[in-house]
Amino acid sequence: MSHGPDKEYEQLRVSGLHAFYGESHILHGIDMVVNRGELVTLLGRNGAGRTTTLKAIMNMVGRRTGSIMINGEETMSCAPHHIARLGVGYCPEHRGIFSSLNVQENLTLPPVVRSGGMSLEEIYTMFPNLYERRFSQGTKLSGGEQQMLAMARILRTGANMLLLDEITEGLAPVIVEKLGEVLTALKKKGLTIVLVEQNFHFAKPLADRHYVVEHGQIVEEIRADELEAKQSLLNDYLGV
Amino acid sequence: MSMIFGVPFAVLSGQLLIGIINGAFYALLSLGLAVIFGLLKIINFAHGAMYMLGAMVTVIMFDALGVNYWVALFLAPLTVGVFGVVIEYFLLRRIAGQDHIYSLLLTFGVALLIQGVLTNIYGVSGLRYSMPDMFKGGMNLGFMFLPYYRAWVIVVALLVCFGTWFMIEKTKLGSYLRAGTEDSQLMQGFGINVPLLVSLTYGFGVMLAAFAGVLAAPIYSVTPVMGSNLLIVVFAVVVIGGMGSIGGAILTGIAMGVIEGLTKTYYPEAASAVIFLVMVVVLMFRPSGLFGKEA
Repeated sequence: MSHGPDKEYEQLRVSGLHAFYGESHILHGIDMVVNRGELVTLLGRNGAGRTTTLKAIMNMVGRRTGSIMINGEETMSCAPHHIARLGVGYCPEHRGIFSSLNVQENLTLPPVVRSGGMSLEEIYTMFPNLYERRFSQGTKLSGGEQQMLAMARILRTGANMLLLDEITEGLAPVIVEKLGEVLTALKKKGLTIVLVEQNFHFAKPLADRHYVVEHGQIVEEIRADELEAKQSLLNDYLGV
Repeated sequence: MSMIFGVPFAVLSGQLLIGIINGAFYALLSLGLAVIFGLLKIINFAHGAMYMLGAMVTVIMFDALGVNYWVALFLAPLTVGVFGVVIEYFLLRRIAGQDHIYSLLLTFGVALLIQGVLTNIYGVSGLRYSMPDMFKGGMNLGFMFLPYYRAWVIVVALLVCFGTWFMIEKTKLGSYLRAGTEDSQLMQGFGINVPLLVSLTYGFGVMLAAFAGVLAAPIYSVTPVMGSNLLIVVFAVVVIGGMGSIGGAILTGIAMGVIEGLTKTYYPEAASAVIFLVMVVVLMFRPSGLFGKEA
């Protein structure tokens, strides 16, 4: 049941989503759908509203209007800790490694929200560096290791939809490659992934679909098989 | 009789004992303040009132219902803790995320309210509370006389301080508290019920204050203003230790009590000022406190 994309099952449906930070109106009606097992990216320039879209799904912005359905359930009135319990794993752009916790404490901090998460052993097999440094202070790790930790942390919870914000930012090519392998493995396991990504070359071979975000709206949806035909359009949007 | 810097040893050790006891109270109170500040980012000016409530509830429960000291030791902090949770839920939560000054004024107002109401009923002359019989008397250590109750206060205060430190630094629940101190929004994004954690943390912090209040009831004068006198010194202790550190709050509390005691022995005129003097010096060289993290 959980193997392979189930294109019929809508894991996430966002419609007419507006979001505000105080007086600033950031999102102007985001509409997107992500099916179970899909890997979808949000592309766009800095400040287009991609990070805010993920945060709005987590109910971490000031004010929101519109609709966000997770597994067919309306979540606009849910507190953030209830959203996580619907099986959503969030990896913020700043990674959010806690400096007063060691690596293992960071890893085991998020409560298990669904069965079927990875065990500590599986995680340490996937990320041997984390095992070696499990008693180090979380923020003493290198940037790459911290990113691995931030990813590993939500894999243990059994979340089946991951919201990943700029996970390759500022990392060495060899680490980026490792993250690519991890995402491929997670996709094979049937996890749904929404990826905010600056590094298009990283996202391109992994993604099933791309949404282009501009001025707080989705301006283009591109399936992986349309990429070549729409490449120049995409370049215009991303300004490359 | 042996002399140390011109002071008889018995006098010195007597003052040191008082210093350590005061230090134990400072430690209990600043510990609660540090725990509350960590997660709620609130400077709890109601902390002195909670300490006073702990002592008052002990006396009132004894007078009205005959509740003895040992039961009060659990029941009074619990009562005050529940009261704290109510205050957090109905008042502090409404101004969460606002500037520090709002919570400071609000908790200060709450303290004045509690103090005012109790002063109206009981006056400020002090209620009498006698200590349990088993604590009457003391033992002669050869160089000084150690009252049993004072020894008990030191031991139990240190145990509670250590237990709190252990719970925060070494347990799973404590890791929630530490992580919440850094980024409570992300914690909630992981599925942790942060609003509940905040309520319980405030309740726990004021429970520590009330516990100190129960310990104080047999040896200090129990009045509605006993907390406000102590709180200013405790804030100085917290500033010296640094808001961020649990272990730091405990160590600084005890150290300041001892320094105060020593000053009382050698230069009594400065005894009530010495902690503030230390505060000034520490702030000049380490603005975030002895154990505080550099901002």
